[in-house]
Amino acid sequence: MNYPEELFYSASHEWVKTEGDCVWIGITDFAQDALGDLVYVNLPEVGDEVTAGEVFADVESVKAVSDIYSPVTGTVAEINEDLLDAPETINQSPYEAWFVKIEGVTDQEELLSAGQYRAMAEEQAGGV
Amino acid sequence: MVVLRGICGTVRRTGLPQGFSDGKGVEDMEKKTPLYETHVKYGGKIVPFAGYLLPVQYKGGVIAEHMAVRTGCGLFDVSHMGEILCTGPDAAENLNRLLTNDFIGMYDGQARYSPMCNERGGIEDDLIVYKLEEDRYFIVVNACNKDKDFAWMKDHARGNAEFQDISGQVGQLALQGPLAKKILLEATDGGRLPTAYYSASVGCTVGGVPCMISRTGYTGEDGYELYMEADRAAELWEILMEAGKEDGLVPCGLGARDTLRLEAAMPLYGHEMDEGVTPLEAGLSAFVKMEKEDFIGKEALLAAGAPGRRRVGLKVTGRGIIREECPLFDGETQVGVTTSGTHAPYLKYPVAMALVDREHGTEGQLLTALVRGRKIEAQVVPLPFYKRKK
Repeated sequence: MNYPEELFYSASHEWVKTEGDCVWIGITDFAQDALGDLVYVNLPEVGDEVTAGEVFADVESVKAVSDIYSPVTGTVAEINEDLLDAPETINQSPYEAWFVKIEGVTDQEELLSAGQYRAMAEEQAGGV
Repeated sequence: MVVLRGICGTVRRTGLPQGFSDGKGVEDMEKKTPLYETHVKYGGKIVPFAGYLLPVQYKGGVIAEHMAVRTGCGLFDVSHMGEILCTGPDAAENLNRLLTNDFIGMYDGQARYSPMCNERGGIEDDLIVYKLEEDRYFIVVNACNKDKDFAWMKDHARGNAEFQDISGQVGQLALQGPLAKKILLEATDGGRLPTAYYSASVGCTVGGVPCMISRTGYTGEDGYELYMEADRAAELWEILMEAGKEDGLVPCGLGARDTLRLEAAMPLYGHEMDEGVTPLEAGLSAFVKMEKEDFIGKEALLAAGAPGRRRVGLKVTGRGIIREECPLFDGETQVGVTTSGTHAPYLKYPVAMALVDREHGTEGQLLTALVRGRKIEAQVVPLPFYKRKK
């Protein structure tokens, strides 16, 4: 499992990349592996408000649908439309397959470092 | 092991699979099939299913496993299935009264699928019966219904017939896909492969392991199901994996088993049917012989007449996946509910099956499913969604 050092992570398995005032959100390597082959992604629309700790998107694997939670509060500035046609890119390269770009961030959840997240993920994997 | 006479050809030691052990806390725990360690070794992602710990998928993922079965070959552990032996001079008569299909006049090795109904005409289980020899039948039932079925059969037994639950002693593997025959021929060193669909050869050996080979499956592809003693299942798995190496044989989990059966529109107990659904509603009338003198549920099925709802196929025309238990609407009127649904990996679009009021399920009709508060449109299409080319 790969957890890039430059990213931050939520306990619900999203990654967060910050550049200036912008935040990109995706799901982690651990999450895509646990979900299995993804076949459908439902994204918000540009201009939608997202709230830290609340659902902003969902993904569907062959087996099940899973909610994706926003680690931040802000406005959707861009969505990754490529994912709509090729959800498998989330499985192939989870850290390139960003879901949304958020601007005007006013709040965020407490996020984990790569090391902290790895420890948490490994504990969860071991508990299965 | 007397109970396996006629299935595996030779009589061998008993040996219960791991996890059945001596009963300490077993009720609270998921059981392991004899292949549990093998699944872990092959990288299976283990989940609890019907009381057993089984792989939902291996490393390649559900879609790769699904495609392997459609285009090459896949190997499944289905040892969780229940096996019940029915023996005695009145065995066939008992089966004929318990089950909706007709079991008179079968040849040795012949297999027949059947629903088993309650007095209300609802389906208690769906199963396969093999005639091993005169007065000796081998019944394969769903894992989740095993104990219920066994109790039901014993409670309703009449005359000189005995039912024995031999589930713990039997392992089952499914080798499925267009290359299944080639791979199995390579590994078989005793006996002949069954040729007719829904027939079985008893007394075969595959890589030295005695087994019964049946030309059946739950994937919509050509293939075989192999029954062997539980304690030789892991050995047989390795023999088949080795024989299938050059043909790209892939181990497959429960995830692919479900997408394959759904794409082929095969019903699954607890989804398309349960104790409140009749076989006529579930689209299984071909397996209900109303001309038989009597069987449990016949009276109720006759009294009910033409079923008010039926199983239909849906192709999703909107965006998203419609899964089980989503209400279906024609305009504002609810006309049914979905029973299974997924992304069909080979067809590359989402499909679902549903029980729909008879007057609303006409082919081509557009219905709306309510999925987690969102409306998704789907079209009624003929079943099966996928049919293999002969």
